[in-house]
Amino acid sequence: MTDSRRPRIGVLALQGAVREHVAAIRAVDAEPVEVRLPRDLVDLDALILPGGESTTMRKLIDAYGLRGPIAALARTGAPLLGTCAGMILLADRIADGDEPVFRLLDVEVRRNGYGRQLDSFEADLAVGTADVPGALGAADLHGVFIRAPLLSELGPSVEVLARDPDGNPVAVRQGRVIATSFHPELTGDRRIHALLRDLAAALDREAPGRQSKDAGVTE
Amino acid sequence: MTTIERSTWATKVGLARMLAGGVIMDVVTADQAKIAEEAGAVAVMALERVPSDIRKFGGVARMSDPKLINEIKDAVTIPVMAKCRIGHFAEAQVLQALEVDFIDESEVLTPADEEHHIDKHPFAVPFVCGCRDLGEALRRIGEGAAMIRTKGEAGTGDIVEAVRHMRAVQKGIRQLQSMRPDELFAAAKELRAPYDVVKATAEAGELPVPNFSAGGVATPADASLMRQLGAQAVFVGSGIFKSESPERFAHAIVKATTHYDNPEILAEVSAGLGEPMRGQSLGEIPPEERLAVRGW
Repeated sequence: MTDSRRPRIGVLALQGAVREHVAAIRAVDAEPVEVRLPRDLVDLDALILPGGESTTMRKLIDAYGLRGPIAALARTGAPLLGTCAGMILLADRIADGDEPVFRLLDVEVRRNGYGRQLDSFEADLAVGTADVPGALGAADLHGVFIRAPLLSELGPSVEVLARDPDGNPVAVRQGRVIATSFHPELTGDRRIHALLRDLAAALDREAPGRQSKDAGVTE
Repeated sequence: MTTIERSTWATKVGLARMLAGGVIMDVVTADQAKIAEEAGAVAVMALERVPSDIRKFGGVARMSDPKLINEIKDAVTIPVMAKCRIGHFAEAQVLQALEVDFIDESEVLTPADEEHHIDKHPFAVPFVCGCRDLGEALRRIGEGAAMIRTKGEAGTGDIVEAVRHMRAVQKGIRQLQSMRPDELFAAAKELRAPYDVVKATAEAGELPVPNFSAGGVATPADASLMRQLGAQAVFVGSGIFKSESPERFAHAIVKATTHYDNPEILAEVSAGLGEPMRGQSLGEIPPEERLAVRGW
């Protein structure tokens, strides 16, 4: 393992838009790894929780004992990206009363907060201004929203990366955790994946507690 | 664009992509829908009768009662699909008014039109359609289907037709890929499909929309087989609620679809499941009673 190697970015591959994220990871010159079992998390530098059905993913995460190992990976400082259903899995609070899963992002989300499939939409998203570009630069980001969750409340340390035309936050970041209510894997714009790759590349691989083949994966 | 655009092609195909790797289960009551959701289904198909009962019942099979569809919609948070008859655009309009998440223009119901399928482009709700081969898949995509499923033979628990149809689609795609660009015009004519859809398929080496499998999946190994043959997800109709133990079958088929390439997990989830749906082999069904031949 050398510092110049490409970051290894996992995609939780239980169900959902896995192949689209795998393609996006390749496009930003990182190495994709499909994660179905705890052993697949070994030596990952980052993890994506993709879009799909959060109810299904939540059940399969527990069926295969992935909850502890993913939380452990996050504790080592590995950056995480959750898109749509993945954002619900990361959230600290879920408005409709569902139990939160990883509680790694200080937000409240409302599942299908934008409505059912008939309300699914596309829009250009404002990401900072020309004078004060944010982490994603200044150009609008195109977002595809599918039965999308709504960010209904943000904690004080959560930074907004992009907003929908109504002004709702739709991409947020808290430290090394990024989440979007839209699907950056469905468009050709790779800025969100590039941000994840940069955070992964900056990760201190020697930090104590990093998961590796030697240390094994622990709950 | 400064405003939002609803129900675009990207949102329709996008929903299909979100269901990849999952299992879509036929349910006939709100209680069954809850069992399906609890077992990890990515969506449910709201029906009055599962296909094996449609066979037994005979008569004309139509769109389900909107009351039933609404009850199922209220019972679960996962997407709800419903079927309309081939060519019956008025049934599709009703299903759209009910705000279902996907419409299946399905050969399982009695066809309403023996020449035309629904023009699916004007609808806001995405459509899934069945196919037996590449030409049929590309015709449906040309009409606006945002998801394709190979038909198989619904209600039999016999996987042989699903395999035949999936292999036919994949073989057709490989043949397109081997062609020179100037040969694709004749290929489109032979496939009786729009040239631009043929060209897009040849270039991508896959259908322009997700390709799922349906019709005859009855065991975890059936789900694995179809995924290994190229299906991105599976529909299970009678296979779950006509088995000895629907909850266990539902869980097992969900796990088998995720871990389709892991035989150890398949062995584990297949052990002690009880009897699958009894089924009816394809050979026992007279050709005129087969459902897959419906659709043109």
